[in-house]
Amino acid sequence: MLLVIEQLLNGLQLGVTLFLMSAGLTLVFGIMQVINLAHGSFYMIGAYVAATVTARTGSFLLGLAAALPAAALVGMLVEVLVLRRLYKKEHVDQVLATFGLIMFFNELTRIIWGRQPLFMDVPSWLSGTVEFIPGIPYPSYRIAMIGVGLLVALFLYLMFSRTRIGMQIRAGASNREMAGALGINIRLLYTLVFGLGTLLAGLAGVMAGPILAVEAGMGESILILTFVVIVIGGIGSVRGAFIGALLVGMVDTLGRAFLPDLFRMFLPTAHADGVAASVASMSIYILMALILICRPKGLFPAHV
Amino acid sequence: MSESACKRRIRVCLDRKTFCLAGSGLLLMLLPPLASLAGEPYLVSLFTRILIYALAAASLDLILGYGGMVSLGHAAFFGIGAYAVGILAHHDFDESALMTWPLVVAGSDSALVAWPAAMLIAALLAGIIGSLSLRTSGMYFIMITLAFAQMLFYFFVSLEGYGGDDGLSLFARNTLPGVDLADDVQFYYVCLVLLFGFLFLAGRLVESRFGMVIRGCRESEKRMQSLGFPTYRYKLLCFMLAGAAAGLAGALVANQIEYVSPGLMHWTRSGIILVMVLLGGSGTLYGPVLGAAAFLLLEEVLSIYTEHWMVYFGPLLILVVLFARHGLFGVLVGKEKRHG
Repeated sequence: MLLVIEQLLNGLQLGVTLFLMSAGLTLVFGIMQVINLAHGSFYMIGAYVAATVTARTGSFLLGLAAALPAAALVGMLVEVLVLRRLYKKEHVDQVLATFGLIMFFNELTRIIWGRQPLFMDVPSWLSGTVEFIPGIPYPSYRIAMIGVGLLVALFLYLMFSRTRIGMQIRAGASNREMAGALGINIRLLYTLVFGLGTLLAGLAGVMAGPILAVEAGMGESILILTFVVIVIGGIGSVRGAFIGALLVGMVDTLGRAFLPDLFRMFLPTAHADGVAASVASMSIYILMALILICRPKGLFPAHV
Repeated sequence: MSESACKRRIRVCLDRKTFCLAGSGLLLMLLPPLASLAGEPYLVSLFTRILIYALAAASLDLILGYGGMVSLGHAAFFGIGAYAVGILAHHDFDESALMTWPLVVAGSDSALVAWPAAMLIAALLAGIIGSLSLRTSGMYFIMITLAFAQMLFYFFVSLEGYGGDDGLSLFARNTLPGVDLADDVQFYYVCLVLLFGFLFLAGRLVESRFGMVIRGCRESEKRMQSLGFPTYRYKLLCFMLAGAAAGLAGALVANQIEYVSPGLMHWTRSGIILVMVLLGGSGTLYGPVLGAAAFLLLEEVLSIYTEHWMVYFGPLLILVVLFARHGLFGVLVGKEKRHG
């Protein structure tokens, strides 16, 4: 039972990381109607900048403070230079151009930081464990990740439903021309939304830094999971991204943790582990297929 | 423009296209003797790679350029074709059975068994993936094909019985009666014949009634449906045909490098095949061949000067998207007779 709770927390932690990635990307997809493969690059940039600054200054918070604006600024620069010209083009062109961006950023990080992965330490004030459910010591850092993810979700919810800029974003999503005619600066709005998305991706990268190795191409493995989340949640829906991210995080983590035991009940052990590993690695895609069969537009189809 | 001027113009353009095609066809046919004359036998294996990727890219063009289905998971079919050859050869070498239930299937190292098997498996997989992903369109379709291909990638990574992450080495190339596939030049010509065969058949296919329906779906699927065509079935069949051709390309690549690994179906490979199609010009069948040649030659040349060639290639792709909409084939052949 304790193991189950611990794995649930792990699933939650993967889920909130995926949420940070997919919240920004689903907005870019839904509002600007542009398919952006390069979102993982901003995750990578966030992680690299944070790792470098943390190593130089010894302060994780300074690393975080440097990484977030870096990811947002690079994101807005990319939007102004490249993405903006792709809004009216076909999806194929958007795929091709953003694939080019991935190649560029991955190779650039190899040039700047070399091929060896960087490692980041968990900050000392978060390196302990807390026992907030009796009997289950859980790393404080992962608790902090879950907390940050949930806070961001709350922030996004309030921003979209209660603020003027949130209203403008929703207006721009439902009808670009009409919102523009009503005096909203659509160009600026798009750049800001894109910057917000890349900032969140950078935040996800910083938080994942101490857990994973920081290396070129690290953005792509999480990008595919992010796509699965967005397909499940429905393009353009932040609420869908939240539910989808938690679902994917849970299914993936619990599948890897418990499928081997499950298969051992009716298969010989040696065989069971192999089958379980295969099924566990495919579980989220099977989940996606099942949801697609019932709801081809995702769980929360946005109106776009 | 007068009628005769019009005719002359069409003839000139036709000539330009025929000239380009005949020239490149002749070059490909004469390449092995030319390479040995130039004392660069390495060129034969480079061009074999180009032919194989050209086949994969042309098969993607069938669904992308003609059907308007932007699949970012084409490497799945490419990889499964390679694995079909690898697994059959593995069991043949072990003299073990591939499966014992419900029927007994032994391994094989014969191209006549392994290559059709690769195409069949790839077509079946395309049937499964296509039937799910064709329920959607646009951005969903791109992401879903990508996700399913990645699923297959992780499946093979965790498949320890067949090498897992490390992949499988082939003991030797497949055997084909009357041809020595182990010989690089003969293998080159086998690839060339298969590519020409595919281009011929696909060229006939897109001009047929079936091809018209598929092209109609690209323009407006709703209209085709109103005309009474069951577009889902047409598109699915087209998707499976393209999958089978990509499976054949995978079987060839497994034979060329005598090694298969999950890396063959990694999503960046799907991206590269897509890049080849668009670089050459989609919706032209010959364009992707040109695109494959351009990509692999450019990679070869750029990597002589710098190991970081991708840092230049990435922005180049963006420039192609922004400024050269119709790809290299469009530039070569001119505006009028781009298609076909």
